[in-house]
Amino acid sequence: MEAKKLNLTLNIWRQKNSKSVGSFAEYKVQVSPDASFLEMLDELNNTLELKGEEAVHFESDCREGICGTCGLVINGHAHGPLPKIATCQLHMRNFKDGETIWVEPFRAKAFPVIKDLMVDRSGFDKILQAGGYVSINTGGVPDGNAIPIKKEISSLAMDAAACIGCGACVASCKNASAMLFVSAKVSQYALLPQGQPERYRRVERMVKVMDDLGFGSCTNTYACEAECPKGISVTNIARMNRDFMMAKIKSKEVEV
Amino acid sequence: MAKLDSKVPEGNIAEKWTNHKFNMKLVNPANKRKYDIIVVGTGLAGASAAASLGELGYNVKAFTFHDSARRAHSISAQGGINASKNYQNDGDSTYRLFYDTVKGGDFRAREANVHRLAEVSGNIIDQCVAQGVPFARDYGGLLDNRSFGGAQVSRTFYARGQTGQQLLLGAVSALNRQVDKGSVKLYLRREMLDVVIIDGAAKGIVVRNLITGEIEKYSAHAVVLATGGYSNVFFLSTNAMNCNATAIWRAHKRGAYFANPCFTQIHPTCLPLHGESQSKLTLMSESLRNDGRVWVSKKKADMRNPADIPEDERDYYLERKYPSFGNLAPRDISSRAAKEVCDEGRGVKGGDAVYLDFKDAINRLGQKVIEERYGNLFEIYETITGENPYKSPMMIYPAPHYTMGGLWVDYNLMSNVPGLFVLGEANFSDHGANRLGASALMQGLADGYFVIPYTMGNYLAGDKPTLVKTDHPEFEKVAKEVKDLTNKLLSIKGKRTVDDLHKQLGRIMWDNVGMGRNEAGLKKTIEQIRQVKEEFWKNVTIPGSGADVNQTLERAGRLVDYFELGELMALDALDRKESCGGHFREEYQFEDGEAKRDDENYSYVAAWEFAGENKWNLHKEELKYEYVKQAIRSYK
Repeated sequence: MEAKKLNLTLNIWRQKNSKSVGSFAEYKVQVSPDASFLEMLDELNNTLELKGEEAVHFESDCREGICGTCGLVINGHAHGPLPKIATCQLHMRNFKDGETIWVEPFRAKAFPVIKDLMVDRSGFDKILQAGGYVSINTGGVPDGNAIPIKKEISSLAMDAAACIGCGACVASCKNASAMLFVSAKVSQYALLPQGQPERYRRVERMVKVMDDLGFGSCTNTYACEAECPKGISVTNIARMNRDFMMAKIKSKEVEV
Repeated sequence: MAKLDSKVPEGNIAEKWTNHKFNMKLVNPANKRKYDIIVVGTGLAGASAAASLGELGYNVKAFTFHDSARRAHSISAQGGINASKNYQNDGDSTYRLFYDTVKGGDFRAREANVHRLAEVSGNIIDQCVAQGVPFARDYGGLLDNRSFGGAQVSRTFYARGQTGQQLLLGAVSALNRQVDKGSVKLYLRREMLDVVIIDGAAKGIVVRNLITGEIEKYSAHAVVLATGGYSNVFFLSTNAMNCNATAIWRAHKRGAYFANPCFTQIHPTCLPLHGESQSKLTLMSESLRNDGRVWVSKKKADMRNPADIPEDERDYYLERKYPSFGNLAPRDISSRAAKEVCDEGRGVKGGDAVYLDFKDAINRLGQKVIEERYGNLFEIYETITGENPYKSPMMIYPAPHYTMGGLWVDYNLMSNVPGLFVLGEANFSDHGANRLGASALMQGLADGYFVIPYTMGNYLAGDKPTLVKTDHPEFEKVAKEVKDLTNKLLSIKGKRTVDDLHKQLGRIMWDNVGMGRNEAGLKKTIEQIRQVKEEFWKNVTIPGSGADVNQTLERAGRLVDYFELGELMALDALDRKESCGGHFREEYQFEDGEAKRDDENYSYVAAWEFAGENKWNLHKEELKYEYVKQAIRSYK
């Protein structure tokens, strides 16, 4: 049943570790158009391992576009040329026989390369640990239906909550800004009644950690939205900016 | 050797948990900070456990091999989470959820555990809503429900097709809050490679730092494993690439019993294989069966396109065979029915696939409603296959998805090794021989939020607060064994890759320990597994070093455990001479092909004790059904 294979030239970023200098290495591969991009890399790794060479290191897990583990810059685009998918969902039928493909890690000052195509995105978690939650303990909460929420509001919160934390927004931003990622979490809680008590304190703390970690600022190019695999909207950034301004007025913990 | 004591409390089933909570010992708030707890895994069970234990004041060390707690495979769960809220006024109750789950599990689960699960199911929803999980809602602002397989009520709560993601992000937000407060320390990119047992009790773990390659030792007063299931033994499954059995398997080799390893779930709605390079199989949520109709042609090897097959030449086989549950028959039954029609040669164009058709639903409700309900699933399907499921029916086929078996635990979720607790998919307790849809999320969160916070206190109250140091000789010994294994793997330098050998094991497992099993096949399988294992130890190649990031080495270590686990699965399947739930022995079936259970001889949990290479001793925990009458499970 397998369709005719594609002959491709891959230029893949190889880098031994975070301290070494990396460079592109060229590989010729043959691949089924029904295979996914990462399955092509699996096959390449199989042939490298047979030759006793180290596999091209890249990260992936669910391969269903939801865990956010994978992330490659393919021909200059985070997660490849198609809109609204993660790297693992990209299939080889979207490439032409004979094509040359450039594969790089997500690059940003705040995402140092670990090895080959693996990067360290732990900065994202540090931001979430600075208030990206509702402060409630297990047990002792009201009945689920005691908090009615307008369907439209709930739906908007879900749109924001759909972020998979992959970091494509940072990788595609010329300033390596994390505003789309941070604003998605801020928005989810800002929209919902559960998030109100800590609304302004939260945005202040999260933005501060984001800045401290060396993520850049937003200059409204919307590259992040264009490359986001989940279509997270830049309106979240506007909402976060509004809340951040309000926080300066409302919060008792203002630091000038 | 320890006797298998399930420690199920006395009394009426509806009062057991309430009484037990009162009778259990407590650790007073000031003393809690004197106890350290290790939690391995940050999926629904692990994250909720670590967060809840941290909130209570214990010092928690949480471990994950991922780069972030949020990546755990719970995130991929699509359809929903069950709870007996009865918000729909359709006759649901704690007892009905309990009854459905025991029946759905084909009477091989422990009644008391299942009842507790049903009791706390509603609390889980409340907890998640309070955390800000954006569940689906109706126009009145209240929570919406959908139906799932094996139930005749609508009790499934959902967040579009991303319920697992939203619940995990909720649990991880609770975990992050504790990290922020300092009560939980999170260790990322650490893979647990062994458990350390001192004076008969679990006192710590040994992990590999996946970035530096260093072998690290951590001690605690108790160890909680919430490390998921073992479907990746099949190589191709719906599990994520890195899901593995290593944590529970190494604990098993240190003395923890492995229960019902042959109880594996083959999910009926996954995308069919595309070819040899396939790395995993993609699940299409069971919720699709709410509106999709499953069919094949009545003719063998029918090469026509689906649109050209007229209505009267189609066989809607689930609706035909199981009129009262129809397309929502439970997973084991639906999977087997798909295998049957494909084995007859009536699969899509004679191959291994059946249709899941939304045409009638689209005609009845309009495309917009279908888009709202399943939009993202339809997109996933189109991305992967290149076909539009609004226009032509989806093609699906069963794939390994979930493992009901796991480490044996008592009512307190503690294994037979004192101080070693096991939560979520990693334990065996609640789903019997078959898990119902939307019940895995429920169990993971029940264990983590509402069971372990109580039972852990009861255990620690009897333990001394002195913490074992990691320079204890037993820690040194275990760490050395772990290092030796790594070095041994790297020294083989053979001619076959890890994936190649894993695929070979996977095919053996799928052919003989998959949807249909028989004595001859299982015996042959054990021989074949040993051969591949031998080949592995002689001829595997693992380039790179152990002192660096080495993904090939990581995969090799996991495969080592799959060989042994695969053999135990076959042994357990061989030993269980009956058909029940996901375990279908071809010799034991009724004339119409339905599973023939043997309650007289097999109404027990098979708990296997590791007794050296290729050797196990069987311990049995008798299952008594005092509330749900053991009957032939009919969905007709």
